[in-house]
Amino acid sequence: MAADPQITEERLNAIRDEAARTGKVQHGGIVPADSPFPKSALEMSYHGNPVLKPPTWTWQVPLYFFVGGVAGVSALMALVGHVTGNSALVRAELLVGLVGGAISAPLLIADLGRPGRFLNMLRVFKPRSAMSLGAWTLSGFSAAVGLAVICHELLRAGYGHEFLLAVEWFAEFLAAFTGLILASYTSVLLGVTAIPVWSENRRLIPAVFLTGALGSAAAVLEFLGFLIPATQLIGLVASTTEIVIAILIEVRDRYADRPLREGIAGWLTRAGAILAGPVSLLLRIYGVHSTGARYCAALCFIAGALIARYAWIAAGRASARDPQALFQIQRRDRNTTSAI
Amino acid sequence: MAVSAFLTDATLCIGCKACEVACKEWNHVPADGFTFTGNSYDNTNALGASTWRHVMFLEQPSSLGAQITGTDDPFRWQFLSDVCKHCQKAGCLEACPTGAIIRTELETVYVQPDVCNGCGYCVVSCPFGVVDKNHEVGTAFKCTFCYDRQREGLMPACAKACPTQSIQFGEINDLRKRAHVRVQELHERGYSDAQIYDPQKTSVEGTHAMFVILGEPETYNFPPAPEVPTVHMKSAWTAAIISALAVVLVVCVSFAL
Repeated sequence: MAADPQITEERLNAIRDEAARTGKVQHGGIVPADSPFPKSALEMSYHGNPVLKPPTWTWQVPLYFFVGGVAGVSALMALVGHVTGNSALVRAELLVGLVGGAISAPLLIADLGRPGRFLNMLRVFKPRSAMSLGAWTLSGFSAAVGLAVICHELLRAGYGHEFLLAVEWFAEFLAAFTGLILASYTSVLLGVTAIPVWSENRRLIPAVFLTGALGSAAAVLEFLGFLIPATQLIGLVASTTEIVIAILIEVRDRYADRPLREGIAGWLTRAGAILAGPVSLLLRIYGVHSTGARYCAALCFIAGALIARYAWIAAGRASARDPQALFQIQRRDRNTTSAI
Repeated sequence: MAVSAFLTDATLCIGCKACEVACKEWNHVPADGFTFTGNSYDNTNALGASTWRHVMFLEQPSSLGAQITGTDDPFRWQFLSDVCKHCQKAGCLEACPTGAIIRTELETVYVQPDVCNGCGYCVVSCPFGVVDKNHEVGTAFKCTFCYDRQREGLMPACAKACPTQSIQFGEINDLRKRAHVRVQELHERGYSDAQIYDPQKTSVEGTHAMFVILGEPETYNFPPAPEVPTVHMKSAWTAAIISALAVVLVVCVSFAL
């Protein structure tokens, strides 16, 4: 029998339930507020902590993704320009490639913290690591573009020679080939990771990154004075593709895609898609006879593509923080095969 | 040389954190700071660049084995010392562009600190979220499996310091057998949810750090079906090549018109 006959077993149960529910008990003069109270986890994970580590990359890395993409596709345009006999185009695009390559290396080095550390990347060639392939590709691309620029300028200065021309063709071809790898490997780099939103979109990110690189390379070309039908057409194709990709992301109702639709990463994704997609497209269509509108369209596309790179990294961070994204994918896969 | 492995048994762990202390002292791992997480008695929350052993404190709404709790809502307190899994196929090792991460003669996964350049690709490639970048040093760190001690014939510091043999160190096949015997024994004693965590049937192909756990792997933040990210290499590159060819086509057509 309790000392106080009013205290029954039901009362003790009520006190316990209140403590379990609110973490404190209001009556009886005891308020253990803010004290750690054991609560059973509602969702299945360790205290809701992240399972995975978020990317450690600094702001220079998404910028490198963008610059490398533009430089790579520009080298391809230089080769096409040479084939079609457009010497001014070749010269402009080789310079864009050269400047892009020259900016890319310092951006990567800034992320590593110490310049000498970049050389460690060149200790081994490991194609199954997208990061290793990328370091070698950037090195090869910069060398090829540099060689192409030297040959091109020498030929322009009148040092005409068949051998020099052959070297230029070779360098331009190599620059275009490595340029395409440079523009696309960054998407594989993200797709081949443990981060759910990247891994689940490994087939989509290449399209996103290459579309952004293609449209931005054309936009840069327009700013260099090439307000030609070719850049307009590429701009239209790239913006249309951006719209299709954005619709795909919004319509597909996958848990792993939530960082692309929710939170800061989601709004960044949308902002990038709207600028590079509909805004740029409408400016191109309705401003077909206006140089100003065309410059605006080019600027909007570049801004949209750049924001999209940051959005994908931000989405990766958000995805790494959510243990349920990982568990859901693996439970889905486990339903077909027993994992452990 | 023998293939080294850990077997960490949640049913033997008392949450003393001797393994964390021993690891930090032996390996000169920096302090994590004195933060109070509120997640039971856990104050590091996860493995990381400066936490190579992490003792978990799980408060679960189920009874411990055949224990009679006398209430409608049973409760149990579980502990487990987490560690780098030293995967048979390791995501970090596959991703490392410098060759800093290597497979040792003991078949463990080791980060060579003088070769690592801090690119951070291993961090996002580890399916268990183990390896991380130390932002002061600028390079990646994780459990070394006490490579230095093992080369001298000593057992890893954490296993040596463990007072309850919750952390067992030995040859991998011996430990796998021991784990099966232990789980069977636990089942007989009424711990019906005891199981081995050693994902051998996924692309990770098994780990060199196995665990005996109670309940589902997810409650320990263990991925139920971890995959080494490079299994997706082919599909990612296929998509990239198709996209790149589309870009070539668009550029060629546009400039030819």
